[in-house]
Amino acid sequence: MEWTQILTLAAKEFRDRLRNRWVLAVALVFTVFSLVIAYFGGAAQGQLGLRSIEFTIASLVSLVIYLIPLIALLLGFDAIVGERERGSLDLLLALPITRLELLLGKYLGLAAALTLSTLTGFGLVALLLFQQYGWAGLYHYVGFMISSVLLGMAFLSLAVLMSVIARERTRASGLAIAMWFFFVLVFDLLLLGALVATGGSYGGDAFAYLLLLNPADVFRILNVFSLEDVRTLYGLASIVPPALARPWLMGSVMLAWIVVPLALARWRFRS
Amino acid sequence: MTSTILVNKPPGAEGPAIQARGVARHYGALRAVDGVDLSVERGEIFGLIGRNGAGKSTLFKMMLGLIQPSAGEILIDGTSVQGSDFRTVRRHIGYLPENVVLYDNLSGLETLRFFARLKGAPSSQCEPTLARVGLTHAGNRPLREYSKGMRQRLGFAQALLGAPRVLFLDEPSNGLDPQAIRDFYATLHGLRDTGVTIIITSHILAELQERVDRLAIMSAGKIQALGSVQELRDQMHMPLTLELRLEPGDAVATQQALQQLAGVSSVLTGEGLRVSCPRGSKMLVLGALAALGSRLLDLNIREPSLEDLFFGFSD
Repeated sequence: MEWTQILTLAAKEFRDRLRNRWVLAVALVFTVFSLVIAYFGGAAQGQLGLRSIEFTIASLVSLVIYLIPLIALLLGFDAIVGERERGSLDLLLALPITRLELLLGKYLGLAAALTLSTLTGFGLVALLLFQQYGWAGLYHYVGFMISSVLLGMAFLSLAVLMSVIARERTRASGLAIAMWFFFVLVFDLLLLGALVATGGSYGGDAFAYLLLLNPADVFRILNVFSLEDVRTLYGLASIVPPALARPWLMGSVMLAWIVVPLALARWRFRS
Repeated sequence: MTSTILVNKPPGAEGPAIQARGVARHYGALRAVDGVDLSVERGEIFGLIGRNGAGKSTLFKMMLGLIQPSAGEILIDGTSVQGSDFRTVRRHIGYLPENVVLYDNLSGLETLRFFARLKGAPSSQCEPTLARVGLTHAGNRPLREYSKGMRQRLGFAQALLGAPRVLFLDEPSNGLDPQAIRDFYATLHGLRDTGVTIIITSHILAELQERVDRLAIMSAGKIQALGSVQELRDQMHMPLTLELRLEPGDAVATQQALQQLAGVSSVLTGEGLRVSCPRGSKMLVLGALAALGSRLLDLNIREPSLEDLFFGFSD
């Protein structure tokens, strides 16, 4: 594996996203949403302004869980299929580049763009929280930011897999949207339905492990379980066994969600 | 042509630049390429022609290591395209795919720098290469402002990066105007003279006819004919055509005289006769015509064109 090749490809993807203001636009979306949520998140309870760090993060988690998967999928779905459609894929593959290098270069460049917009987008609220709550508040919030980046990278990895599998751009975008529906909207409902249908007879704890099959749920657990107050708020404490409340375990599962789709993409990648 | 100038010869590599042995590629029952044996010498411009679906593109892609052959072996510069050593050889391969769309948001110079980096070529090559295809003036403009011909020239420039020893050009003259086509082939001949091997496909047969050293006609996944244009003519035994312009009264008498010669046939035209004769009878026909003296107003001998040969072999 040659890093020059990977970095050249990554630099092009990253620079493209800076130049067409993708990074700026996404960072602005995150900034506006995070400020609005931080300030008005408690409006339903008659409160305005920053509330506790826990509530701010909990509110942001429910935003991020919808937004970041969508943005990551839209960012990555045409990584390979786009090159295939314009005819430049064969040209790239005829160069001294392996398929793995091409995938990694594309992935890392896009991941860098997504990471930059996530960190800058949520950075402003981090400053506000630091002003109000000092280091203790920042500690949790930085955890939230890191897990948001990981969530984005997991869905970006899925998007790249779609872009390898699909033979046309339109099909890849359809697959990406379907992914979003499945993981963000449908998966939890299905799980809940199954839980109710079986009347909880299939060992409650084992059932909770199924949450690991969804990177969005992993992200939620990562954030919610670092926050005592929020656990009860979400009502998740009742179904998530303590075994899952270990950040290193959930972190590793998240990393697996980044690595496995990419590995599958490499396996499926043919000319 | 086999006389080669081995300027670009890599150390230790002997033999032909491209060698295919028993190469086949099957897609289910479809035999896209069906047992191709081919050897292209160093410093040769080699044309590959055939109808759409004849197997040219598949063969091209196998030679570039983009598709695995179902059977057989391809060596470029003596290295198997399937092996891991092929990566080093790729640095010295230039490829221009058919109808490639490069990146609209990059400028011409940025595009070349990107490909130079990936190819391991010094970026100092980019500006001279851009000049070589006549795009210096547009080097800093984004590709979205390029015309079709400019894009094609930039694609060619990209293929020239890294001092290639073998060039694969798929329909390279697409979108080029006549002057650009002439410049393009002049560049190719210059490269050929320094030992670069060039393999080229085109649907414009008249364009290739005078400009390739040898060519292969592909049909149904096989090479149906291989050689220089003249060799193909000899293989095909295609008759020559003679256009005669005669005094009005002489046409019928001349036709009758020529009919005595074996294999010669003719039809009357408005101005005289169109005679079709085997290459071997050319002098006999000319001898018979000499009797006409100054009453033969004009004579034009036409060799079978590449197009005639193409239809002869691929039908």
